[in-house]
Amino acid sequence: MDEILQKIISALDEGEDEQISLLVRQALAIGFEPMTILENALVPAMTRVGEKFACGEYFLPNLIVSAEAMKQAMFVLEPVMRQRQQMLKRAGVAVIGTVQGDIHEIGKTLVGTMLSVNGFEVHDLGVDVTPEKFVSAVAETGANLLGLSALLTTTMTVQRDVIQKLEDAGIREQVKVIVGGAPVTRAWADEIGADGYAEDAIGAVEIARRLLDVEGII
Amino acid sequence: MSQKILSAIDPKLRVSVLSEDEIRRIHTATMDVLETIGVRFPSEKALNILEAHGAQVDRETMIAKIPGVIAEEHLSRAPSTYTLCGLEPDFDLPLDGSHSYLGTDGCGVEIIDAFTQEKRPSTKRDVSDVGRVADALPEIAFHWVPLSAQDCPVESRGLHELDAIWNVSGKHLQTESIVSEREMRFAVEMAALLAGGREALRRRPVLSIMQCTISPLCHDAGSLEAALVAAEAGLPVGFMTMASCASTGPATLAGNLVVGNVEVLSALVLLQMAYPGCPVYYAAAQTATDLRTGAYTGGGPADYLFGAATNLLADFYRLPLSMGAFATGAKQPDWQAGVDNSLSAFMAASTGADMLLGAGLLHGSRIFSYEELLMDSEIWNMLCATLRGIVVDDETLALEVIRQVGPGGHYLAHRHTLKHMRELWQPTLMDRRPYSVWEEKRDGAREWAREKAQKILREHPGRPLEDGLRSELMKIIALAEQLS
Ligand code: B1M
Repeated sequence: MDEILQKIISALDEGEDEQISLLVRQALAIGFEPMTILENALVPAMTRVGEKFACGEYFLPNLIVSAEAMKQAMFVLEPVMRQRQQMLKRAGVAVIGTVQGDIHEIGKTLVGTMLSVNGFEVHDLGVDVTPEKFVSAVAETGANLLGLSALLTTTMTVQRDVIQKLEDAGIREQVKVIVGGAPVTRAWADEIGADGYAEDAIGAVEIARRLLDVEGII
Repeated sequence: MSQKILSAIDPKLRVSVLSEDEIRRIHTATMDVLETIGVRFPSEKALNILEAHGAQVDRETMIAKIPGVIAEEHLSRAPSTYTLCGLEPDFDLPLDGSHSYLGTDGCGVEIIDAFTQEKRPSTKRDVSDVGRVADALPEIAFHWVPLSAQDCPVESRGLHELDAIWNVSGKHLQTESIVSEREMRFAVEMAALLAGGREALRRRPVLSIMQCTISPLCHDAGSLEAALVAAEAGLPVGFMTMASCASTGPATLAGNLVVGNVEVLSALVLLQMAYPGCPVYYAAAQTATDLRTGAYTGGGPADYLFGAATNLLADFYRLPLSMGAFATGAKQPDWQAGVDNSLSAFMAASTGADMLLGAGLLHGSRIFSYEELLMDSEIWNMLCATLRGIVVDDETLALEVIRQVGPGGHYLAHRHTLKHMRELWQPTLMDRRPYSVWEEKRDGAREWAREKAQKILREHPGRPLEDGLRSELMKIIALAEQLS
């Protein structure tokens, strides 16, 4: 395989996000098709990172720096692909955040990372996000997945408010809503009319893929 | 203090995990971060106070940089000893540097029912039931609101939790679930009612407050403003860092200590600027992130080391410490819970942490188990005996007794044995029976712990408040609900 693709693979493996942007630019400059870079370097490299994580060789920080590097590589590739009218097949577009009144961040961020590693375009709204903000982000991005994290018994009720606000805005049918966080249970998800519940980030990806009928990654 | 509470007193056994030089280096690094990187205080009220006292404040980022000398000066105003009071003076807990007390863990979201063994979301009734059991256990010196009262309205839930405990127990109460200025004002009203007025509350704080910092290097507006209200009323207030190695703190333990130290001190400095001399405490529950799942469960060597190291830091600043111990990711009261909780409590208590939190919760402080509460209490009982160490004097050397028994024979019938045998620690949950007895019954610590809890729940009425106070408390809560 070409040396430059090999370098992209190892930059992604090691999560060298600055280096990877340079390398992808270089590859484009010497004539590689964006699709080739994606399919022959980035995707297989990310899959390998995922496998290494699954078998315990890699830890979460490995996964996160590689996902970050992937994002940087896509920043370079996407405009070029758009120019050439090449469509990127996404697993889905997700809006995620921790609900209003709640500042617990790490779990939500992990869910976001795992979704993006698995081919979702992720819009992470951060923490302490109002229902209105969730609704307008769904409307603006055309998301088909909404992830609501709540870690407090006093804020999990906001998950219900968000679903209600989606109904009011007439866009409830557009998105699958998944919920999670320490006090959240499957029973709670059913009670508030969410489409899915997951106990951890990997479960969140599984349920998202099931709800949206996604196969394979990217 | 009364004999009603078992505490570790002046541990003879001392663990030292940091040298004086190492503590100084952590301190110097802390002052550097405080002064040059700063901490985010997303509250105008807090920023105004900080700025007025010489901190450099950026209104846009809401980051305050506090010069080291200013921080040190304000910290030195904090009292290094004071007393956490019970509704009954018998339960007063002097934080005098020579006692370590154990409290229940706080704010779980599910409970394993004492009778049905079913796991379910917690209610106000559960808060009160756990409060009764904790009231009856001498090992438990104070309550942390153990569970969330999920059947109560969101806007007054924290107040219902206080009400539930005060209606069953005279022990000191600490809460971590009141994180808004509005709710805190009502909590202060409730505490003042029980203490006999605002001034009496200042003298006898029957309630203390725990807030969390947001690692790395941030605070929460609600928590800060609630803390200011409590400090103004003279309630002891602590800020707890939960910096977690490799996610919200550096992967290295020393760096994690620095980040946590900056967060806690910055909040305490703010309180001292606002109300010089108000009682505050250092609180910490740092851990290492689980590298496979990202989970924050507590447990493991990083926790044990933090437990000991943080107390050395708190001592350096002459502040009482509340240390998160007894934290475990175990799902049941099992080997993992036993190892985690014994070692974390040992490390924290052997350095003299004033308050230890954590009895009773499993699965990263999420699920309350009565069995675990009883087992944790037994661990604490054992540790108190261990930390007392070995007394060496003429009576305990027992030379005369050894001479009398001589080679061979035994000490079973000696007066010296009868005199001292009750100083030897006695288990209530450890299984030392013959094998055949066990084989027949196949029971053990868990069953005995459960039975003990059930017995207390059936027989111990708690210490109900008189009707007048009870209804006055409810009136305050009703007002809080009306005004929200
Ligand atoms: C969209 O679909 C999905 C699907 C799956 C989803 C999902 C969304 N979101 C999460 N998941 C799932 O996947 C994730 C990855 O596997 C998982 O996410 P998690 O977030 O569970 O897991 C993370 C990877 C690691 N876990 C965590 O980060 C949370 C761990 C615990 C210990 C915890 C932490 C660390 C913190 N806390 Co907080 N905290 C606790 C937590 C108890 C616990 N063990 O859960 C809990 C939730 N906290 C609690 C409390 C009380 C509080 N905390 C507070 C603050 C904090 C810290 C800032 C110190 C820190 C968070 C740091 C940060 N930057 O995020 C305060 C909240 C203030 C506020 N307004 O929000 C404060 C109120 C304390 C105070 N007085 O200040 C308790 C809640 C009790 C209740 N009544 O609800 C608590 C159960 C601990 C306890 N027993 O006291 C899954 O839940």
